[in-house]
Amino acid sequence: MSDISDRVKKIVVEHLSVEEDKVTESASFIDDLGADSLDTVELVMAFEEEFGIEIPDDAAETIQTVGDAVKFITENSEG
Amino acid sequence: MRRVVVTGMGLLTPLACGVEETWSRLLDGKSGAGKIKHFDASHLPCQIACEIPLGDGTDGTFNPDDWVPAKDRRKVDRFITYALTAAEQAVKDSGWVPETDEDAERTGVLIGSGIGGVESIAEAAITLKEKGPRRVSPFFIPGALINLCSGQVSIKYGFKGPNHAVVTACSTGAHAIGDAARLIMLGDADVMVAGGAESPVCEIGVVGFCACKALSTSYNDAPEKGSRPYDKDRDGFVMGEGAGIVVLEEYEHAKARGAKIYAEVLGYGLSGDAYHITSPAPDGDGGFRSMSAALRNAGLTADDIDYVNAHGTSTPLGDEIELGAVTRLLGDHASNVTMSSTKSAIGHLLGAAGAVEAIFCALAIRDQVAPPTLNLDNPSVESEIDLAPGKAVKREIKVALSNSFGFGGTNASLILGKVD
Repeated sequence: MSDISDRVKKIVVEHLSVEEDKVTESASFIDDLGADSLDTVELVMAFEEEFGIEIPDDAAETIQTVGDAVKFITENSEG
Repeated sequence: MRRVVVTGMGLLTPLACGVEETWSRLLDGKSGAGKIKHFDASHLPCQIACEIPLGDGTDGTFNPDDWVPAKDRRKVDRFITYALTAAEQAVKDSGWVPETDEDAERTGVLIGSGIGGVESIAEAAITLKEKGPRRVSPFFIPGALINLCSGQVSIKYGFKGPNHAVVTACSTGAHAIGDAARLIMLGDADVMVAGGAESPVCEIGVVGFCACKALSTSYNDAPEKGSRPYDKDRDGFVMGEGAGIVVLEEYEHAKARGAKIYAEVLGYGLSGDAYHITSPAPDGDGGFRSMSAALRNAGLTADDIDYVNAHGTSTPLGDEIELGAVTRLLGDHASNVTMSSTKSAIGHLLGAAGAVEAIFCALAIRDQVAPPTLNLDNPSVESEIDLAPGKAVKREIKVALSNSFGFGGTNASLILGKVD
């Protein structure tokens, strides 16, 4: 879990160019981290690539926060 | 018709980042050419280009971090970063800051590009092929579209007037400035940010122009000698990159706020060759007609012209055809005129060329000096026109004409004049 969380946070920091300490589990990509709708599409792509999973569009729409992403990836990745 | 003046200028060229930094190097006869650094070109017939001098931002070098944050650059092709850089210089130079909603709505943007984000398109195609459709970035399309220069600039500064873009190959920059001036003349806007940006120095860009046999291939070991307009040993153009952007403004609007005025846009002419997709018509009539139209538009005659910034790309066919058309236009006045091709120093910036060269015309008028034509060692034809070989020419310049001709047979001529 912590490994997934760290990797998710690293991707978010890189893609949104935000300070690491702002990337908390409850942080919303759009409301707290300054992402727009295209940024969130790209983030989901980066998660898919990093974790070797596929995140369907309807699931992607429910991933609004860092914690949402960690939870989905934890439940859907094999490792 | 309302008068239009240039009140701000921005340049990012192979000589330098910055208007004065570029201009001083141009007058000193410096060349921006070198071996291609952006990618390995050692397997290509043409291995040279005029690339932007990257660096820490001192001594005229371009440090992208000084102009567009890395997180934003990642989402756009380089030509948009170049446009944002030159636009920032031009807007700051003009001192124009809209203070009311009406001001913002009367300020527009018209920046073009010849081929836009061709490198991004190539990269996205590779991603699609190698990794599949789910890996193509959502920023691919808005990062490659030509009109996103205008879009990005309008968003950054809140300019809510006409938002437009030109795509006419190597005439783009001149058409952008001419069309933007018309929008002000006709009352659609009071201020327009206009010009061109291009980043063609990438593998697919160079390969594509190599295939057209348009590029110089004999000077891979002497890059600075490659761009040699009117010289008998010329063998094609040397590709350049960068952006040139001006702030155009209605004359009374500029005067009322005490703006610095570089020059007036006196005339603009357009024509089509209707001849061939890449070759200029041998009789040069298209260029002749665009220059004639610009003179008519300005209410001037050929005798009023002091300086011509030529299209002069250093291709075997084009240079002499243009020279013939200018000679025909000038008639007996030819011996009084100085004409130079600044592409000899900065290469051919394609869609940015006409805008960069219009800025050179404005500076030539400001400083009363014509920049030189480099590498003109042995002219291929005799001309009564002074082609400013090797050295800048100090002389009176009240009226300057700039030519731009593009693939598809599209021609544009701009006439700039001194404002007393």
